[in-house]
Amino acid sequence: MELFVSEGNPHCLKVLAALEVTGVQCSVQYVNHEERVVPFLSRPTLPALLLPTGLHLFSSNAICRYLFEVSGQECSEFCNQWLEWEATDLQPALLQALYMAVLQGKGSEVSTVLQGPLKFLDQSLSKGGMPYLTGEAVSVADVVLWAALYPVLSDSSQALGEHKSVNGWFDRVASIHSCLSAAQKVLQGKGLQGMKSYMQRQPAPQSSQGRNTQPCNCNPIEGEEGERAFSEEELEAAILNWSKGLSTSPLATDRQHPILPQEGKRNILVTSALPYVNNVPHLGNIIGCVLSADVFSRYGRLRGWNLLFVCGTDEYGTATENKAREEGLTPQLICDKYHAVHSSIYKWFQIDFDFFGRTTTEKQTEIAQDIFWRLHKNGFLVEDTVEQLRCEQCQRFLADRFVEGICPHCKYPEARGDQCDKCGRLINAVELREPQCKVCRQTPVIRSSKHLFLDLPKLETQLEQWLEKSTSTGDWTTNAKQITRSWLRDGLKPRCITRDLLWGTPVPHPDFKEKVFYVWFDAPIGYLSITANYTDEWEKWWKNPHQVELYNFMAKDNVPFHSVVFPCSLLGAQDNYTLVSHLVATEYLNYEDTKFSKSRGVGVFGDMAKDTGIPADVWRFYLLYVRPEGQDSAFSWADMALKNNSELLNNLGNFINRAGMFVTKFFEGYVPVMELQQEDKKLLALVGWELQQYIQLMDKVKIRDALKHILNISRHGNQYIQVNEPWKNIKGGDTERQRAGTVTGVSVNIACLLSVMLMPYMPEVSQTIRNQLNAPQSCVSTMLQDNGTFVCSLCAGHRIGTVSPLFQKLEADQIEALKKRFGGQQPEDEPSKEKTPQSTASTQPAAVPAPAAAVEVVTVNGVDPEKAKQLTQAVAEQGDKVRALKAQNAEKTVITAEVAKLLDLKKQLALAEGKSPEPAPQKGKKKK
Amino acid sequence: MALRELSSLEKYLGLKKPNKYSTQGDKKVPVLQNNNGPPLLGLATIACHLAKEAKRPELLGDTAESRAVVQQWLEYRVTKLDSCTKEDIKFILKDLNLYLQDKVYLAGNRFTVADTLMYYGIHPLIVDLAIQEKEQYVNVTRWFDHIQHYPGVRHHLPPVVVLKNRIYTSRHH
Repeated sequence: MELFVSEGNPHCLKVLAALEVTGVQCSVQYVNHEERVVPFLSRPTLPALLLPTGLHLFSSNAICRYLFEVSGQECSEFCNQWLEWEATDLQPALLQALYMAVLQGKGSEVSTVLQGPLKFLDQSLSKGGMPYLTGEAVSVADVVLWAALYPVLSDSSQALGEHKSVNGWFDRVASIHSCLSAAQKVLQGKGLQGMKSYMQRQPAPQSSQGRNTQPCNCNPIEGEEGERAFSEEELEAAILNWSKGLSTSPLATDRQHPILPQEGKRNILVTSALPYVNNVPHLGNIIGCVLSADVFSRYGRLRGWNLLFVCGTDEYGTATENKAREEGLTPQLICDKYHAVHSSIYKWFQIDFDFFGRTTTEKQTEIAQDIFWRLHKNGFLVEDTVEQLRCEQCQRFLADRFVEGICPHCKYPEARGDQCDKCGRLINAVELREPQCKVCRQTPVIRSSKHLFLDLPKLETQLEQWLEKSTSTGDWTTNAKQITRSWLRDGLKPRCITRDLLWGTPVPHPDFKEKVFYVWFDAPIGYLSITANYTDEWEKWWKNPHQVELYNFMAKDNVPFHSVVFPCSLLGAQDNYTLVSHLVATEYLNYEDTKFSKSRGVGVFGDMAKDTGIPADVWRFYLLYVRPEGQDSAFSWADMALKNNSELLNNLGNFINRAGMFVTKFFEGYVPVMELQQEDKKLLALVGWELQQYIQLMDKVKIRDALKHILNISRHGNQYIQVNEPWKNIKGGDTERQRAGTVTGVSVNIACLLSVMLMPYMPEVSQTIRNQLNAPQSCVSTMLQDNGTFVCSLCAGHRIGTVSPLFQKLEADQIEALKKRFGGQQPEDEPSKEKTPQSTASTQPAAVPAPAAAVEVVTVNGVDPEKAKQLTQAVAEQGDKVRALKAQNAEKTVITAEVAKLLDLKKQLALAEGKSPEPAPQKGKKKK
Repeated sequence: MALRELSSLEKYLGLKKPNKYSTQGDKKVPVLQNNNGPPLLGLATIACHLAKEAKRPELLGDTAESRAVVQQWLEYRVTKLDSCTKEDIKFILKDLNLYLQDKVYLAGNRFTVADTLMYYGIHPLIVDLAIQEKEQYVNVTRWFDHIQHYPGVRHHLPPVVVLKNRIYTSRHH
């Protein structure tokens, strides 16, 4: 055991006194005040006791208590109370008193500061009527308090007033020889002055004891990075760029359809995984494919690449057939309906497709059948008889999603016939345990049926050669490479490309007349057919691997189809197809701490985002900020509000707005003359560096990481304004006014740069900024060229437009309401309860929602109590109905429909509770 | 606030009869009205008293060393944490993060009242952290998430979402 102390430190007086009084064996080391003894504390803290276990105690009271305990004197509750009081009440007062007496020479005021605590101590001692604080004998409390008070009470120059009981007690403890000898060691007989060097190193005590729970908006990156140093050459280069001015090259944003590959240009074809038509996409789907692809496409166009971005809805397959049956429509009508839903969602999110098509077109049949015949002709298709599940009741083979059962790999109970949602492995429907027909819930029987297979093993060598090249030269995300590698490692098997279904591209082979193509053979061909619907010259994109770079965006579950299955189809078809050069796959986005779930109503779906009143650009920003790049991430309402308020409002928006306002207010709306000083040059270099980082990351499709550099720039900008205070300088003399002008001019130019960098992320905000600054369009194409050049695009004399705030605060109650609204129908989350062993051991399935409990949670206090009351009743009834159906093991489709009704009722109820904008018509008529 | 903590602690300890409390002074220091003796003053003191009342002395530490560690963190809570300024927050989180690097609980491998009171006290700080900051203080976050899910502890406080996976793994500097 080892005790570390420093001279003149009043806390060390406590522990040394305790050590002497208790007589515990312990070596004492005197160290410097600045010595960092406790390894986990960033500020030097003394005294410190190194325990035999290797742990450090850093609180003087805890050390004293420990010393007393090992010497056999345990701490009583009243001891505890005195020690706590000493730490919370006496110490702050003492610190202030010592600060005044030792450093400020205001010894006369010490008594005022200590009046309160001394009075309290005096009263307690006299009321207790005992010689020591906790009784007849000296305790750790006496030693600690005495040692704490010793420096002030022993100093005769301090007139501390008459505290009779305190004085008596103080003298009693002082008569213990060990106490005084400890005091002698620490203060060296110099009294208060002995503490001078210690006190000088203490932060000035706060006069007010207010707790400040404001969030620390400290930026972790910035906080640790410190100042970036630039060489003279780097500064010169920054100035050179700055003075280059805008280029006169034509606008990169002008698009002339149809966009076709051009000689001598970087020709880039971007696809986003085709969303399945019958699902409304949730935020995870949106960030995973279309939004990521959109940001990259917008960026690519700014870079001057010749870029085409296509996407569309994937419409064939069993899921559509199921949905059609549920809604009583034909598959085509279902597709039409949901295609429109998708289109409008993406439009709202400002996804700027060059073409958004669909897979149920003539071109799809034409191209898919062509690829089929080519594969057939080249001998890459094999015929085989497969055992298939057939539902006798429905008179049909149960392909893919028509059958559900227990996953043979991970035992997930709701695995589909083609793939398990839980473990992601592909399944052959006959391998499912306890299979059930999805329509009628009967157990299907196994029958054989003749099918065609794509002979993947035969194509494996070709595939590997191509993969080797593509993954080494292109930007494949790590997960894409890993998933592909694991597929190849497991060995490729022939894959069935036909299905016993109606809703699909018909197989043209006469022997397979009644069959259609398996969606995963068919769907990726959608990229080609959608392009063909965009332009007749589609082959210039798709049969042109030497001129075209293909980027595929998707979530990781789609990787094998884009890296193995589809490339094999195209390789086997031998028609010089363009294969993927860059495969960009995201991980999954969760919702708060759970998964998105349509059936449970958990999470925000595309069509609901606009109803939140939060602008599309803010949604885009936050989704991109938490983009699951490299790791799963989660959408969190609280975090979204925080990011909006701290990053958009206080950082980015604040900077841009201030820069513009200074021009308007101080310089009548004209950009002032700028005379760059060293500090400004440094800033230009720093901003230029961030811009280059942004471009390097964006070129590699690191969308989330690049966004950080935009925010860094506005942080630098805010700091620059804060340090240079143009609002003060503007009131000064000529030099100061000149300085204010330079700072304002540089700032407003940074704002202009920010608007360009923001364009891929927040197109509307970006345009708004340029409108406010009246920025020339050519600034857009100039700054993102090459490695990135930060030029002065708003020169002296440029007239800016009207500046107004860009972002709005998201209030806590607003966010709380949204969180509730999208939190699903489960009862209030009670993690503490869920984690208890009893409930984990119970046989109750955890995921079953309890509608009754949800109804209880609803509180009726809105503008329309009557309606709310009726709806509450309706919700309760519907809840009962759902539970009854579930209890009877009713058909899943029936339950799903009833649950949908329940959710709808709840939505109405929420509206009636006060979120409805309409006045309450029946307010006066209250039923009894 | 302190009273709500104490009532949560009582619930956690399974004390049948709730105690009577009042507060004292501007800082609203909790006071426990004790039938058998003088009142007890101070959050940490009362918390220790409650643990004893519930016959759960192990919650105060099972060795002299761990008892000292528990008291140290209780003191830390009512001093450093309760009067921290904006600038302090960063240091507090950084220090705690380093401290918790090799520990499950504040006093090592056993859950103690120090965990409870530190959890209650640090909650307002954690609530305000962005995902990125939470990841920076990953040990604090891990400990915090563990304690908030510790059966019966959370009570009066809302749960804070903690991501299990890091999303800001690479720093490009």
